[in-house]
Amino acid sequence: MLLAKVVGNIVATQKDQRYEGGRIMVVRPINPDGSEAGDDLLALDAVDAGVGDTVVVVREGWSASTTATGSPGAAIDSAIVGVVDKVE
Amino acid sequence: MELARVLGTVVATVKTDSLEGRKLLVIQPLDSDLNKRGKPAVAIDSVGAGKGEIVFWCRGREASFPFLPSEVPSDCTIVGIVDSVFLDPGRKVESKI
Repeated sequence: MLLAKVVGNIVATQKDQRYEGGRIMVVRPINPDGSEAGDDLLALDAVDAGVGDTVVVVREGWSASTTATGSPGAAIDSAIVGVVDKVE
Repeated sequence: MELARVLGTVVATVKTDSLEGRKLLVIQPLDSDLNKRGKPAVAIDSVGAGKGEIVFWCRGREASFPFLPSEVPSDCTIVGIVDSVFLDPGRKVESKI
């Protein structure tokens, strides 16, 4: 899993049916100190995160798809699974 | 998942049976500002995407799931066509194309 900041979202009308009802967020990986740590990616939101939030993103498909949609077997490789309050 | 632009199609007459009838597309991965990032890849289409469109794609084992119960060999599948990208603060990067 990785720390990331939510920087936006995308809108897609035509998409795989398992994405219906989910929000697809643009997240930017960060280091614990808040500095950027890699390339942006898209993650399905499972926890109602918002733009500006620091979040935990899981990048393993089975876990991501199960968490974000409630059942396994969806074509989802990343999901936001937690909103970070602080990193100590 | 990542953003990408569809560059074109791949025609392959000789292919494994489970790829029969599937559309292979060449995609260029993009960052969230829609600038090129990394090398082009071949993706299987699951949503009816076409050349020039901005899409998002899924990697890994999960890339074969849209085709279940068919076991399609894919590690890169287009799973959505992007209408718009919104970036903080209130910046719209791409409108529907």
